[in-house]
Formats: sequence, structure tokens, C-alpha cells
Amino acid sequence: MQPDLTENILELIRRTSTSLPADVEDQLHAAIKKETPGSAAHGALETILKNIELARAQSTPICQDTGTPIFYVYYPSGWSTLKLKSQIRSALAQATQKSYMRPNAVDAVYDKNSGNNLGGDDFPSIHFEEVEGDQLTIELMLKGGGCENVGAQYSLPDNRLGAGRDLGGVRKVVLDAVQRAQGQGCAPGILGVAIGGDRGSSYYKSKEVLFEKIGTRNSDPKLAELEERLTSEANTLGIGPMGFGGQTTVIDTKIAGMHRLPASFFVSVSYICWAYRRRKMTVNGTDVQYD
Amino acid sequence: MRELNIPISDETIRELKVGEPVRLNGIMITGRDAAHKWLVETFIKKTREPQGDDLKIYGELKKLMNGAVLYHCGPVVAGLDTKQYRFVAAGPTTSIREEPYQADVLKHFNLKGVIGKGGMGPKTLKGCEETPAVYFHAIGGAASFIAKSVTKVLGVYKLEFGTPEALWVIEVKDFPVVVTMDAHGNSQHALIDSSSKKVLDELLAKPY
Repeated sequence: MQPDLTENILELIRRTSTSLPADVEDQLHAAIKKETPGSAAHGALETILKNIELARAQSTPICQDTGTPIFYVYYPSGWSTLKLKSQIRSALAQATQKSYMRPNAVDAVYDKNSGNNLGGDDFPSIHFEEVEGDQLTIELMLKGGGCENVGAQYSLPDNRLGAGRDLGGVRKVVLDAVQRAQGQGCAPGILGVAIGGDRGSSYYKSKEVLFEKIGTRNSDPKLAELEERLTSEANTLGIGPMGFGGQTTVIDTKIAGMHRLPASFFVSVSYICWAYRRRKMTVNGTDVQYD
Repeated sequence: MRELNIPISDETIRELKVGEPVRLNGIMITGRDAAHKWLVETFIKKTREPQGDDLKIYGELKKLMNGAVLYHCGPVVAGLDTKQYRFVAAGPTTSIREEPYQADVLKHFNLKGVIGKGGMGPKTLKGCEETPAVYFHAIGGAASFIAKSVTKVLGVYKLEFGTPEALWVIEVKDFPVVVTMDAHGNSQHALIDSSSKKVLDELLAKPY
């Protein structure tokens, strides 16, 4: 019989909302060194770093917008996804009660906040995938609305930007998305880019690729090169932390290539803020680990 | 660093310049998407009839907002069951969504500033000149840190909008902000938008 993981999932949510992953925090420490002491950008990063420390120490949310909870569950054969889903939902309602999460599920037609982060079948967002072996893995990303709102999808060719159906065109539209975002997605951010797919699958992929650790590069050298080029070119835009002007606008870029229809060439950009809250939990028998 | 006590005078507001860091003290009120829509439709453009105790709340808000500051914030609040409210996390939300409403709200309530993140557009900038008022930028995402400067939750209006959208009346001490739009038509956001657009155009002209 599969164990009840509600308590463990609650702990996963608490850690995700209150403790920023080390690889993201390291990048913010690196970013502050590039700004002039006394500048608005330096001040912003100082506050950001203090906040990260305080949130972890107090076990309070890093950001009040605890975002859309996006769960990816990789389960071994034989596990009931119905039970897992109900445990995730129950843990999320408890996390909201404990103020690790803000009640964030609003009925878009009736304008009513459900009060417990549960809304219909779509909120939270849960994806299940069966995997080989005995280990269960749950990944969680909390993606705030400010950065979600500056995400963008382009259909190539894009005549306004002179962007054709190739990697050169992809580069142009991604840089355009960063310029349009300005500081509104809480820069410095991380870019998740999907090339191809349909409108729906492309947007999903642009979020999934963000689960990779900062600094890991695509195994395809063409895409790896574009990832690095986009990060460094985006940083010449001078938008900087919070859009105050400064050296670091984008911390990293992750790209995923997909198949597409002959007629379609979508490029989807998911922007995630500096408060990139993602955590992972693995279950092997009775052993539960959090990363 | 300059400290300002709310309510703030017009004279002081006109002294503030883009780029200046400020600490705020006193009583302010939160309001974001639902609040702006409700205020404008019910009391300013009057396209919607006041309902329930709307008029009573309006009377109280007029007093609270006069010379004060409005904070674009949807907080995480503890004590919802007991009504012993406490802000747990309270960073700014993206302000640009209030662009259609902000100038009217500033003028109607004689607000001296709004606090948010990401900056606002030309309509609000003009509203800042006319009111006069300024845009204070708080650090987005720094929610636990900012919540520390909220010393007391004095009350709440329109909790039926949901916790994030309600209008929370709070007392703050040493609330950290930077002026990014002043009462003289200057906007740091407009400057950065235009300089980054120039760089983008150069990048777009480069071959792959």
C-alpha cells in the first residue's frame, strides 16, 4: 500500500515558499558584486539578499505572491495518482492555513477567491508521469503572477522584429520579450524558452525547462550556445535589478527544442523572477529526502 | 536618508526627486486590482451603484487616504480566523495594471503617493504632476523583509474581495522605498525603457 505523503508534501511546500534554492541565491550574491555600492540596483540586491535570509530563518514566504503551485509528479508503476492528487490538495490547503501560502485561487468568472488555494480541477497545476524504478519524485515550482504576466509567445515569422523561422529569429524574439518585461517580472530573472510545439505544449515546456539547475547547459551545442548568448546579450540591455538600471537583468537562460507542425513555429518565453522557488522531494520506501 | 511621516505635505512631495531613497512612517492603506476597479466605478466614474456599506467605507477611506499613501500589495496575513491580523509577507505587486485607474484615484482622494513595483505609465506620471504625488518603488519579492516594517494592522475593508485584494489599513515604521517617478514629470522607468530599446534595436540589427 502506498504511504500517505500529505505531511511530507506540506513540508515540501513550506521549504519551497520560504527557502530559496542555493544555486539561485549564489547567482544573486554574484550579481551584487557587479553593481556600484550606493546605486539603486545595489540597494535592491542588498534588500533581496536580506529578505532571503530572513524568510528562511523565520519560515515565512520569500514573496507574498506564492504564485501558481506547479507540481510535477514522477511516480513508479502501481501508485495511485488519485490518492497523490488528493494528498497534494490537502497539503496545499494546510500550507495556506499555516500562512506558508497566500490564498491565490480566484474564480475568473465570479471573481471569488476560494480562500484555500484550491480551485476546480486546474488549481493547483499537477502533472503526473509514470517512471521506471521504485522512486517517487515530486517537483514543485511556485511561479508568481508578476513574472507570469510578462511571459510571451511569438509565432514566427515576426515581421515587426524581422524574426525568421530559425535560431536567429528565436534570438530576436527572446530579446524583445526581455526588453518588454523591463523590471515588471522582478528582474533579475531566468528565461525558460521552448522552440516548437503547439501553443499549449510550448508554454508548458518553457516552464518545465526551468526545473534544470542554474548553469546547466542544453546537451545540443547549438542550443547551449544560444542559451549563453541570450543571457549575455540580455544583460547589455541595462534594465538591471527591479528595472532600476544595472548589470544583471537575466541570470540564466534555458532552452528546449520541440517538434512542431510544418505550418507553426512558436517560441514561448516563460520569465521567472529572482524569487525562483523550486524544490524537489524524493521517496524511496520509507525514506523521504528534500532537495 | 530622508524619512517621511504620513500624511505628507504637497511641499515635501515636490522636493522629492527620482532616485531618492526614502523611509516611510505612519498609516497607509493597501489596494490593488479589485480595489481600484471598485473605487473608480463606484465613486469616481459612478458607473456602478454603491452596494451594502460602500458609502460608509467611502467616507472612511476619504479621511484615511487624504495626504496618505496607497500600497499596491496583496499580503499574506496570519490571524484570519481570530481577526488578530498580522502581516507575514507583504512585498509590492506589479503596478502597471492600475494604469487605467491610478491618476483618477490619486486626484480624487488627494493621495501623496503610491507604492508598488515596476513603475507606471504616462497617464499616472501626469497624475503625479497634477495631484501632486510620487511613485515610490519597493523591492519586489522582498516580502518577509518588508513585512517587518508593518508594525500593526489597524483594520480591513472589503475582505470579501479575498485576502490579497482587500484594503488593509496598516501602520508602518521605516518602510523602505525609492522614488522612481516624481511630481515633476520624471520617470526612471521611462528612461530605462527608452535606453534599453535603443540597445535592443542595435542587437536586432546584428546578424546571427
